[in-house]
Amino acid sequence: MTAVIAAPAPKLLTPAQRRRAKIIGIVLLVLAAFTLLVFGIGTEGDATFKFVIPGQSPTEIPDLTVPGAGSSILLAGVLAFLGAIQVTRGFGDKANLVLGIGLILFVLAFLIWAAAGSPLGAFNFTSMLRETVLRSFPIAMGALSGVLCERVAVINIGIEGMLLGGAFMAALVGSTQGPWWGIVAGVLTGGALAWVLAVLAVRYRVDQIIAGVVINIFVLGITSFLTVRLFAENPQFNNAQILKPWKVPLLGDIPIIGDIFFRQTIFVYALFVLVAGLTFGLFRTKWGLRSRAVGEHPKAADTLGINVYRMRYLNVVLGGMIAGLGGAWFIIGSVGRFDENMTNGRGFIGLAAMIFGRWHPIGALGAALVFGFADSLKQVLGILQTGIPSEFLLMAPAIVTVIVVAGLVGKSRPPAADGQPYVKE
Amino acid sequence: MSDERPETPPTEGPPTEGPPKEGPPTEAPSEETRGQRRFLRDLMGLDVIDWRTAVLVPLLALLSALIVGAVIIAVSDVELLRLWGEDVGEAFSQTWTTIRDAYVALFRGSLWGLRPISETLVSASPLILAGLSVALGFRAGLFNIGAQGQMILGGIVGAIIGFSFDLPYVLHVLVALIGAAIAGAIWGGIPGLLRAKTGAHEVITTIMFNLIAVPLLDWVLKLEFVQRAGRDDPVSKTVAETARLPQLLGWLDRNDLRVHAGFILALLAAWFVHWLLFKSTLGYEFRAVGANPDAARYGGMNVVLVYTGVMAIAGALAGLAGANEILGIPEYRAAPGFVAQIGFDAIALALLGRSHPAGVVAAGVLFGALRAGGQQMQAATDIPIDIIVVLQALIIVFVAAPALIRAIYRVRTGEGTGQLTKGWAA
Repeated sequence: MTAVIAAPAPKLLTPAQRRRAKIIGIVLLVLAAFTLLVFGIGTEGDATFKFVIPGQSPTEIPDLTVPGAGSSILLAGVLAFLGAIQVTRGFGDKANLVLGIGLILFVLAFLIWAAAGSPLGAFNFTSMLRETVLRSFPIAMGALSGVLCERVAVINIGIEGMLLGGAFMAALVGSTQGPWWGIVAGVLTGGALAWVLAVLAVRYRVDQIIAGVVINIFVLGITSFLTVRLFAENPQFNNAQILKPWKVPLLGDIPIIGDIFFRQTIFVYALFVLVAGLTFGLFRTKWGLRSRAVGEHPKAADTLGINVYRMRYLNVVLGGMIAGLGGAWFIIGSVGRFDENMTNGRGFIGLAAMIFGRWHPIGALGAALVFGFADSLKQVLGILQTGIPSEFLLMAPAIVTVIVVAGLVGKSRPPAADGQPYVKE
Repeated sequence: MSDERPETPPTEGPPTEGPPKEGPPTEAPSEETRGQRRFLRDLMGLDVIDWRTAVLVPLLALLSALIVGAVIIAVSDVELLRLWGEDVGEAFSQTWTTIRDAYVALFRGSLWGLRPISETLVSASPLILAGLSVALGFRAGLFNIGAQGQMILGGIVGAIIGFSFDLPYVLHVLVALIGAAIAGAIWGGIPGLLRAKTGAHEVITTIMFNLIAVPLLDWVLKLEFVQRAGRDDPVSKTVAETARLPQLLGWLDRNDLRVHAGFILALLAAWFVHWLLFKSTLGYEFRAVGANPDAARYGGMNVVLVYTGVMAIAGALAGLAGANEILGIPEYRAAPGFVAQIGFDAIALALLGRSHPAGVVAAGVLFGALRAGGQQMQAATDIPIDIIVVLQALIIVFVAAPALIRAIYRVRTGEGTGQLTKGWAA
């Protein structure tokens, strides 16, 4: 991942790793016990998975009905098996993968339990995953923005503000000039805010976290101010057209997969293009090598003739434009009108996704999908009326984030010079 | 602030201007002693003594923010923008009137008379308490963005103690405040502990604890023993009279003077934080860890204890700020959003006050005045109160980057806030 100073992976486990392996095993066993006692025993009725989105899916797929109690007990057995092996023998470097599989099984058992216990008895699996992709979009954009900035060692706490600012301008320009100009306005607004961050952080060497917080406060204040002052009396300025989903030829006809990935709006396709492009750019091009050098050891980079300040300006502004695109999604890709503080912490969750994804575009996308899933789960459980208070579902993404950054997934290493201003001598 | 005279001269600026300074001004300090002095100065909290830094820069920052705010008010008026195209003279005079009316209302609502001053102090009390919370974190190199969530927890617990128990005067309010402080301390202490033990950065965890606290408040307010009888909306029961913070000007027999003992509480807290930071051993360790965690660890300080302790005390201060909003403001009950943006304003405040208790009090009164005046402005001129959030953001920019002030006003300024926080790596 870090090609600049790539260390060979050590084969022997350190004591800390061994302890972590044990913890993962115990977590799996606890999940197994929970699945058995809460989801398995005493659950009545069946759970039905639907795979067809009405009026959209090209092919008919029969529903899948499983018994609630039986399948939960089965899943608990698998979890216990994985946990037992992890505790005794250990899966070695596959431990994270096993933990991931374990969590997926646990969520599956939870869904079966929720569906079996609800009056509906069924939920739409395909539409839940489709929703996951959609909802992970702004989080992924925030995370990619963070990756770009932090690879050149500029911490961008202002992503939340860039999302919000992008959304506001997308609403304003999108309402008057059409959706495409709205997207352009969102991107440019994100870029402009990022430029301010770069000036403060690179030129004036203001503490980067404070500079980012200032941007968040400023954008929150000014967009709320203008929402009241401008949009309340002129609702025609806050009524943008929404882009319709566009089906990718051929790929969109694949059952389930087509519904989830290839019948989305242009935003989702832009996300995949960006992830691929940034991964290639950061690790296979001159620009990427220079960026990473600036982030790891700016002095060395400077000595080799790389303009540290210019690289920082460039990447931070690009990162801001990506966040601005994420902001435009809230309007042009989602609801069409701006509300005060409508991003509601997505930018911060994006930052957590960046850390979870270990400062890598693909990792960031994966982490964003996890958070997007937590978001869409909230909706599914709302429909299923599980009796779990909706407030607890609202907390779920934040709790997941705390667990993630507190290191259940292991420690990740930020770029070495992250957060430090560079003074050219 | 006379007890904070520097033992070392400022490291910058020619010695020809300014007040006479102790110490040898003639020989230029070497790179090494400079670094040592800088470290010592950080450690002793002596970076607020220069009047330019402490007074001139904040004042010019306020002035600049008001000017930028005026521009924003002017260009956000659609009618006015249309007028510029038709009649420039008329547009100019109307713009002037709009801005003048707005700022006159801002001033009248905050300082002109007894009631505005009372309102300013009512707004200032929670701001000071929350600002102290953030400032304390900064001193130890921790960024507590979680004052918002800690306030919510403090408010919930303060309210519950306030209406659930039957205790005598004085004792009841003390128990409620202590409960609120403990709740805030737990909500703040967990991120501190996580930071120390796992390296999870407090910026992320405290923000997440904020996002958890908001739905938690909504949920608690709908619990049967909390929700007011006969109400469907989430509003708590009213706090018993014995648990309320007494009104300070109640003897004047006017019912519009709401200033309450919370302001005294805030001043006491500021004194406590000052004592803690600059007079106690624990505070010395806090600042040592803030200045250089590795050196502090090498020097035998328990960094885990310091991180947890700082965040717990910071959380307790924010918890008091939350209780202040429940036990001190008429209606005396908790409702969603009772914290407003105070936890975030507190960040601006701590920066403006340079993380010094006295500075935080001064900045808290200023922001309280802005808030109280902003309400008057919104009522009198239809200009949304959110403009003061913009003003606050602009003030921090100018305070954090005094080079901007230097460039605009051609005055000498001190240093900026520099690096207050650390990167993601523990």
